Amino acid sequence: MAVTHDDVRHVAELARVGIDETKLDELVRELNGILVHMEVLSKVDVSSVEPTAGSPAATGGTPLRSDSSGPIPLLAPLESFAPSVRDGFIIVPRLATHDDAVDRAP
Amino acid sequence: MSEAYEMVVGLEVHVQLKTRSKAFCGCSTDFGAPPNVNTCPVCLALPGSLPVLNEQAVELATRAAVALGCTVNRRSVFARKNYFYPDLPKGFQISQYDEPLATGGALTIASADGTARKIGITRLHLEEDAGKSIHDRYSGVTAIDLNRSGVPLIEIVSEPDMRSSSEAGGYLRALRQTLQYLDVSDVSMEEGSLRVDANVSARRRGEKKLGTKTEVKNMNSFSGVERALDYEFARQCAILDRGERVTQETLLWDAARGEARVSRSKEESHDYRYFPEPDLRPLILDQAWINGVKAKLPELPEARKKRFVDDLKLAPDEVEKLTAHPDLADYFEALASASGDVRSSANWVMGELLAAVNARGGTIAHFPVRPHDLGLLLKMIQDGVVSHAAAKRIFALMAESGKTAAQVAHDEGLLKVGDDPALTGWIDEVIAEHPDEAKRYLAGEKKLQGVLVGFVMRKSGGRADPKRVNQLLASRASPS
Amino acid sequence: MTGSDYPTLTASTIAARVKDGDSSPVDVVRASFGRARAVGAGPDGLNAILWSDEDESVREAERLRGQLEQGSKAGRFAGVPIAVKDNYATLGLPTTCGSRILAGYISPFEATCVTRLREDGAIIVAKTNMDEFAMGSSTENSAYGPTRNPIDIRRVPGGSSGGSAAAVAAGIVPIALGSETGGSVRQPASFCGIVGVKPTYGRISRYGLVAFASSLDHVSAFARNVDDSALALEVMAGADQRDSTSADVPVPSYRSQFVSRATAVRPLEGVTVGVPREYFPESLDQGIRTLCDRSIEHFRALGAKVRDVSLPHTDLAIPAYYIIAPAEASSNLARYEGVRYGARVDSVDGLRGMYEATRSLGFGPEVTRRIILGTYVLSAGYYDAYYRRAQAVRSLIARDFAQVFADGVDVLFTPTAPSTAFPIGAITDPYEMYLSDIFTVTANLAGIPAMSIPIGRDAGLPVGGQILAKHFGESVMFRAAYALEESLGEDAHR
Ligand SMILES: [Mg+2]
Ligand SMILES: [Zn+2]
Repeated sequence: MAVTHDDVRHVAELARVGIDETKLDELVRELNGILVHMEVLSKVDVSSVEPTAGSPAATGGTPLRSDSSGPIPLLAPLESFAPSVRDGFIIVPRLATHDDAVDRAP
Repeated sequence: MSEAYEMVVGLEVHVQLKTRSKAFCGCSTDFGAPPNVNTCPVCLALPGSLPVLNEQAVELATRAAVALGCTVNRRSVFARKNYFYPDLPKGFQISQYDEPLATGGALTIASADGTARKIGITRLHLEEDAGKSIHDRYSGVTAIDLNRSGVPLIEIVSEPDMRSSSEAGGYLRALRQTLQYLDVSDVSMEEGSLRVDANVSARRRGEKKLGTKTEVKNMNSFSGVERALDYEFARQCAILDRGERVTQETLLWDAARGEARVSRSKEESHDYRYFPEPDLRPLILDQAWINGVKAKLPELPEARKKRFVDDLKLAPDEVEKLTAHPDLADYFEALASASGDVRSSANWVMGELLAAVNARGGTIAHFPVRPHDLGLLLKMIQDGVVSHAAAKRIFALMAESGKTAAQVAHDEGLLKVGDDPALTGWIDEVIAEHPDEAKRYLAGEKKLQGVLVGFVMRKSGGRADPKRVNQLLASRASPS
Repeated sequence: MTGSDYPTLTASTIAARVKDGDSSPVDVVRASFGRARAVGAGPDGLNAILWSDEDESVREAERLRGQLEQGSKAGRFAGVPIAVKDNYATLGLPTTCGSRILAGYISPFEATCVTRLREDGAIIVAKTNMDEFAMGSSTENSAYGPTRNPIDIRRVPGGSSGGSAAAVAAGIVPIALGSETGGSVRQPASFCGIVGVKPTYGRISRYGLVAFASSLDHVSAFARNVDDSALALEVMAGADQRDSTSADVPVPSYRSQFVSRATAVRPLEGVTVGVPREYFPESLDQGIRTLCDRSIEHFRALGAKVRDVSLPHTDLAIPAYYIIAPAEASSNLARYEGVRYGARVDSVDGLRGMYEATRSLGFGPEVTRRIILGTYVLSAGYYDAYYRRAQAVRSLIARDFAQVFADGVDVLFTPTAPSTAFPIGAITDPYEMYLSDIFTVTANLAGIPAMSIPIGRDAGLPVGGQILAKHFGESVMFRAAYALEESLGEDAHR
């Protein structure tokens, strides 16, 4: 399974990392150079085990928190670290294609 | 043209759970707080923060799952659904994917011909809500409020079992009613605590295979869902009639224009790259605990309706009204027990009470006249202390003033008047004011008695005891 | 306290002196800053320390001195200056993860392990340099320039926790926090000639450790000797309600279980040391092999039983690791898009453009490479072939360990790294760099405790020996490490 230029463009888009076209060749070469070492995994017999979800050391069920436990405090206000805040809202540029009033994420 | 086709609908319903704090952090879920006030390192996705699951969210989700007849899985796994959106702080939603909390339930609805129809429920899983992106507040920019970010949701996915928009509406109403009875959610589409996405396809009648479906989103009422489905079905039928193919895509319903448009967020590739959430171990539930949730289930709508018909001998259409909302049914039952009179309790609840609640614009639960107070008023009617007409006024004044029925009746002079001198005085005045009717009545025209009683009642402001007025009038009339 | 003996003092000695009133925390903190200046810890020198605030640290030391004078109980780290890797949320000092994308970010909350250190009297004196988001094995991938190895400044200190390793090796602090995802503490400990320990997954809360790969990340520590490293764990370990993967397992006193040559002729009597043959390949550097062999002889002399064992799936560890870690990283790093904190780079292309500009300028090449790789292996059609399969292979690796431990082996002994510290700029191929972690990633995959201690020098450069134990088997791991350290004596640094 060799990675193509289009694969990398697609994945870079999914991951929102803008890739400079001039660096694409090098990136494709590097990724294929890495992935070739992963091929060994496809030959392993894994029929005797379940894939772990998380670390094999983390056994048992997830702990539960009381509904009334209260929030972890913010020791500095949002305004102190957010790049742009207006009237308490975090401000971001508008989605280029957006003209609906209030839309939901997918 | 659409007679040739059959509508096939499956619904995905997202319901906000009624917890005090969010799904994975301790922030308040209160609606309407100033923007970004209910946030913390976890729901802002600050570097280094980690999720911890809310016990109450698990309990409410399990309660819903059990009530919908699902199998609650003893092991379920949280997964990350990865996508970028400015109101999704972590860049992924914690949801459940291939190992959901519950699978395989059903909800019974009444179909158009009155028979019961079972709509299958594929799965029910726990997840977290995103925040809000507000695009129309400031020009050129989007405003983000993360107060809702991390609020617990259940997603309830139905089988594609519905065959019309009205069945879809019936399913949604039955689901909302069940969730109200379970007290797991406010289930308000207006406030966004219940949201519906519909998958709809059209196929030629008799065809077994499902057609290509589209997804319709952005409806903000149940009737909006029905209209959107009818619109989209008609659109698909037209496409099929032209011999073309339906494209699998997402459409956004525009209620104002009454049409669905292809979603503009097409650039969004739906590759969510699900994988198990490594910051949470699997959710492991004890079977005894699941059984306990089941044992503690409140009475569900169907059971309550049956009991009202069987035990209280109420008519089915009355039962539908009285059980529409659990708070209403609770009110009715408490009133019936306080007043000892099922019949008049039912009439009062369906009549005066509902009218008063609707006029006030609030909810039954917050209506100031509680069942016990109204029960005392009904008792006063039974005891002949107030007339029915006076009772209606008393009830209105109770709701306004918060006083008891006895107080209002006393203060407003609305207790029934049965003493002959007072009644005789009103009768004399009526005879004097309506000489023509009085003459004819006294001459033997008996059918005018009711009219005269009416005049007396009005003159007394509803206080006169009608039975005694009748007697006194009758004693004056000449025998015919 | 004299400035001249400070660099050799252990944390426990400093804390004892502070407790007894023989040293003032203020003097200790000033000595730490003095040492940092003397060795050139800043950007023109070792470039080990990114952020520090001497005045504020001194004020904190003064507060501690005041409390102790009022009769407050002295904590186990009373007055001990500690440096913290830049991927822990700390109050006051920035938390940038060695990345441009978090330039200037100051966390409004504190990591649980840092809180625990401070509650026991430690004073956080510095945030240390690191490979950006802990992705690297040499601390060359920092947006703030590479860190240099104090043993030989032309060489790397290892990574990704190279700044912390250098700070301890240079005598600036006796203890420093690093973090591990694939060996990022043990490998630099080996390169810098100090002790590095990574406990069992879940042993120390990750709350406040900025995530790289959640299922592989471990809070870890550097120290100058085994005793201090065990003390650091005793202070930080234990369940935390803020980390769902932290373990509710009691924390024993590791140090009370040490057996010294002074009291026993055979301190490791009854301990079985397994030597896994997969960690000693034909190709292993001869100098490293010789030093390992010498340590194994020491183990025998200490009364331990030494046994050859096999961990047959070892060679699959790097491929599995370099699928799982980037996959989780691609998701964990999605939050850095300029919306809520950190750097934001505006673009003419609306929100989408802002995301891409922020992320492409904010992340360095190695982070970008791993995000692309991780996104690829999770994307539609590849999940089963890559991520799911890698997690299954991870189960096989964990099972290998479980079997040898169930078979009577108490600890395993291996080289920590396949090489000594290499020159800055020497490795340019990404996969060749990944192979630096070949002996360490297995413990991160399996979640077992592991540590590296100095076992000698090869051509003047430090070599580390690795000791591994079963889940929550830190006691026996520390006991073996302590005995070997004592037995090697000065040879550990020769
Ligand atoms: Mg959902
Ligand atoms: Zn929160």
